[in-house]
Amino acid sequence: MTQTRRDPDTLHVVIIGNGVAGVTAARHIRKGSAAAITIISSESDYFYSRTALMYIYMGHMTFEQTKPYEDRFWEKNRIDLLRDHVTHIDADAKQLRLASGDSFGYDVLILATGSQPNKFGWPGQDLHGVQGLYSLQDLQRMEQYTRNIGEAVVVGGGLIGIEMAEMMHSRRIDVTFLVREESYWNNVLPPDESAMINRHILSHDIRLHLSTELEEILPDSRGRVRAVKTKTGEEIPCAFVGLTAGVHPNIGVCEGSPVTTGRGILINRYFETNIPDIYAIGDCAEFISENGTRGRIEQLWYTARMHGESVAGVILGRRAEYDRGILFNSAKFFDLEYQTYGDVPSDVRDEDSLYWEHPDGTRCIRIVMRDGVVTGFNLIGMRYRHQVCERWIHEERPLTYVLEHLGEANFDPEFSHQFEDRLIGQWNERHPDQAVHRVRRRGLRRLGTSAYRHIRENATS
Amino acid sequence: MTTVQIHIPDEIQRRYRSDHPLRRTGLALFGIGLLIFVVGATGIFSTIPLLYSLLSLGLATTGALLFIIPGITERKPGIDNDGIMFRPMLNRKSVAWLTAIVFTGFYVLLYWFPSSLEHMVVASDPLSWALRGKAADRWFLYGTLYTLAVLVMGARMLIKYRHSRYHIIRTLSVMFFQLVFAMLLPSILQLFNQPEFYFHYFWPLKYDYLFPSKITFLLENSTRLAVFMGFWAIVMAFIATPILTYFYGKRWYCSWVCGCGALAETLGDPWRQLSDKSLSAWRIERWMIHSVLVFITVVTLLLWINSATEGAVLGSFSYSFSRIYGFLIGAMFAGVIGVGFYPLMGSRVWCRFGCPQAAILGLIQRFASRFRITTNGGQCISCGNCSTYCEMGIDVRWYAQRGQDIIRASCVGCGVCSSVCPRGVLNLENGPVSERLH
Ligand SMILES: Cc1cc2nc3c(=O)[nH]c(=O)nc-3n(C[C@H](O)[C@H](O)[C@H](O)COP(=O)(O)OP(=O)(O)OC[C@H]3O[C@@H](n4cnc5c(N)ncnc54)[C@H](O)[C@@H]3O)c2cc1C
Ligand code: SF4
Repeated sequence: MTQTRRDPDTLHVVIIGNGVAGVTAARHIRKGSAAAITIISSESDYFYSRTALMYIYMGHMTFEQTKPYEDRFWEKNRIDLLRDHVTHIDADAKQLRLASGDSFGYDVLILATGSQPNKFGWPGQDLHGVQGLYSLQDLQRMEQYTRNIGEAVVVGGGLIGIEMAEMMHSRRIDVTFLVREESYWNNVLPPDESAMINRHILSHDIRLHLSTELEEILPDSRGRVRAVKTKTGEEIPCAFVGLTAGVHPNIGVCEGSPVTTGRGILINRYFETNIPDIYAIGDCAEFISENGTRGRIEQLWYTARMHGESVAGVILGRRAEYDRGILFNSAKFFDLEYQTYGDVPSDVRDEDSLYWEHPDGTRCIRIVMRDGVVTGFNLIGMRYRHQVCERWIHEERPLTYVLEHLGEANFDPEFSHQFEDRLIGQWNERHPDQAVHRVRRRGLRRLGTSAYRHIRENATS
Repeated sequence: MTTVQIHIPDEIQRRYRSDHPLRRTGLALFGIGLLIFVVGATGIFSTIPLLYSLLSLGLATTGALLFIIPGITERKPGIDNDGIMFRPMLNRKSVAWLTAIVFTGFYVLLYWFPSSLEHMVVASDPLSWALRGKAADRWFLYGTLYTLAVLVMGARMLIKYRHSRYHIIRTLSVMFFQLVFAMLLPSILQLFNQPEFYFHYFWPLKYDYLFPSKITFLLENSTRLAVFMGFWAIVMAFIATPILTYFYGKRWYCSWVCGCGALAETLGDPWRQLSDKSLSAWRIERWMIHSVLVFITVVTLLLWINSATEGAVLGSFSYSFSRIYGFLIGAMFAGVIGVGFYPLMGSRVWCRFGCPQAAILGLIQRFASRFRITTNGGQCISCGNCSTYCEMGIDVRWYAQRGQDIIRASCVGCGVCSSVCPRGVLNLENGPVSERLH
């Protein structure tokens, strides 16, 4: 797997997939070299933000506005874009076969082909009016299928499911949301947070059916969806079904090539596949596990971005092992914003976490610890500073220290109410022996210089 | 392979058109009020000012409020941008052009064909008598319409952003300054035969406040209030403005106090997404706004040289120069284009491309201010909501997705990027200047 060192400036780097992973790799290779760079992708001419698909449908943005770079950016940075589908990789000849019939040579190949929606072989899953949501083409179909309909069903209790529910809700379509689990997203969220989201979904007049599994999708005489049937035999009439039961790596391009795959395209911590000069990044990649457990697949926007940046380093000769650092993520459930930092297990024990919820039930703070050391944060209806939370987790700060300095982490807009004191009050009430006093309120003015330095060092580019 | 086109059919719009009974009544009343107002131009109501006033301005205001109020119950508090990209009025379709023509036309009449408004002015007569003890003129009518627009559309802002204390407070602030500082105070000053003065406008936006004629008139005036006004004009322009901008950024003025900002943040809000985000627009913006600043500075200096030399050097040259500025910038740009083009180029055309006050505040903000928009680590998902809804055409996402702070001369600190961001990435903050992350 060791690769001979060459002058990157003389290489032709070809990237399959113009998602955030592929595009970030291209940008960073361009920053550090004069290599020839081509991105081949079949979905769209230019990079757009997949995470913004819902906003196009809801009319918050046009497709044009989801493109993070102006069209002329690519030419200016000498990144060639090719709209085509790669059907085959000939690793010996270093040639790609394209759907258009052409061949395309490469010196270095980066696979950044993303994911595909899961389908579980449900009867009726290929009917007219039934689909997942991943690509621009999916959005286009959804636009057609949901035109002027009255009722829809969304299956699957994850992030894309709730987005689809919100999308159709914005068009005044009645949505029934089938969730297999007994509470929304409870394989990720602890019970309190999950319950808060359940309530919020219901408050938007979405018919949330928990502990409900799909049995089959029923057609009408013209092959269109007419209703869904649940495992309990209930029939729910609808003209559209959104299937959002997760995604899996899109590895089709490796078929018939010597690149080894498992669930995803198998890579080591340098993004190298088993074939020299072929790398894989983003959603499509699976890290080979070192201890026989299931290999890790990272299916997030920021991890795809980090993969792209890291693989560029490897290709440019700065071979550093990938370290994704302390985990974080965020989402928005209708009007509720959610942020998480570090490790917050869904089954966290009561004695390992401090939880405060606003009486109105739409905001909460959870701080998770292990052996008295803070390891994670969950926030709903509140914004916390990424760098500060990360630093505390990294420095293994005890809970009492974090509580005292909690104001430093608050990232809510000016004038908004601040709730750290209430959390501290709750702690002090229950632990009078370990009572703490808040030393800082929100705001940069009140951040110590060391915090500043940390933020500066952590700024990405 | 065909390009992907996301085509949104027209019938989708219907789903966003509310059929709330209050809305329909409101729209009807607004239409009738407007019609009566326009018909009044013929002079048929000139003898019944109070009735004319109530049936035109009164009815239109009531109608607009009725139209706005159902927003409270129709949607839960939170960001409500559903369907904005599908509405013809907000996307440069024919209705938008029509509205732009009406707005622009009004300014053309106001500045250059005042006699055509002669009878419409009567609609503001009753208010003028009540406030100033004299009949209305076209500027009073204009001020009344302006203030009504800020108050009514301000109410809309308060409802739309009722989940955000930042927006509530700053909207109340612009409503207050427009009503009290732009409307009531100057009227009362006139009632007591004091010089007309706007305490919330400074040189160079209110350029004549530092012209030799005005300053000497104020400072050499016999009343103490006039002398105070003279000092106020100087102190605000040269001392208070830089200090406040150092601490809070230009937002303390542009989206909290200024009347142009007040109209942009209220009447203009529905069109904020129309601002051009391209790099070329940014380049044009920097050329234009700084040229205007140079222009007005030169005009002011010439007038002072002229006054010091008693016209010996420049003759009447500096006066014609200042008249050109007044015509081109004061009237054409600030009025006709600035407001007239709301439905075509967004709400801040004047503030972005033309306002010399914004140019000065912007330079301070860019180089010597504690204000910045902080980016929250790596949370940005490059969705583009922030850039889309920036009324100043700043490509906020460009900075956010690289984890950089946003430090831009043009940012008026309206805070909408921070509100529409679905991942809590952006925050308007004040902190040490040297610690801003470029
Ligand atoms: C609706 C939705 C919302 C999301 N929201 C979030 C979120 O809020 N936060 C978050 O962290 N993550 C989110 N994600 C996940 C996130 O978008 C992905 O993790 C990320 O886009 C992966 O980037 P990528 O570059 O690996 O792949 P992709 O973005 O999938 O790009 C791969 C590209 O390669 C193309 N391609 C594949 N095979 C070929 C081939 N053989 N030839 C040519 N082209 C090919 C595909 O068409 C595609 O355009 C969301 C995903 C979806 C679908
Ligand atoms: S709105 Fe927020 S997440 Fe979206 S691009 Fe802007 S900063 Fe990033």
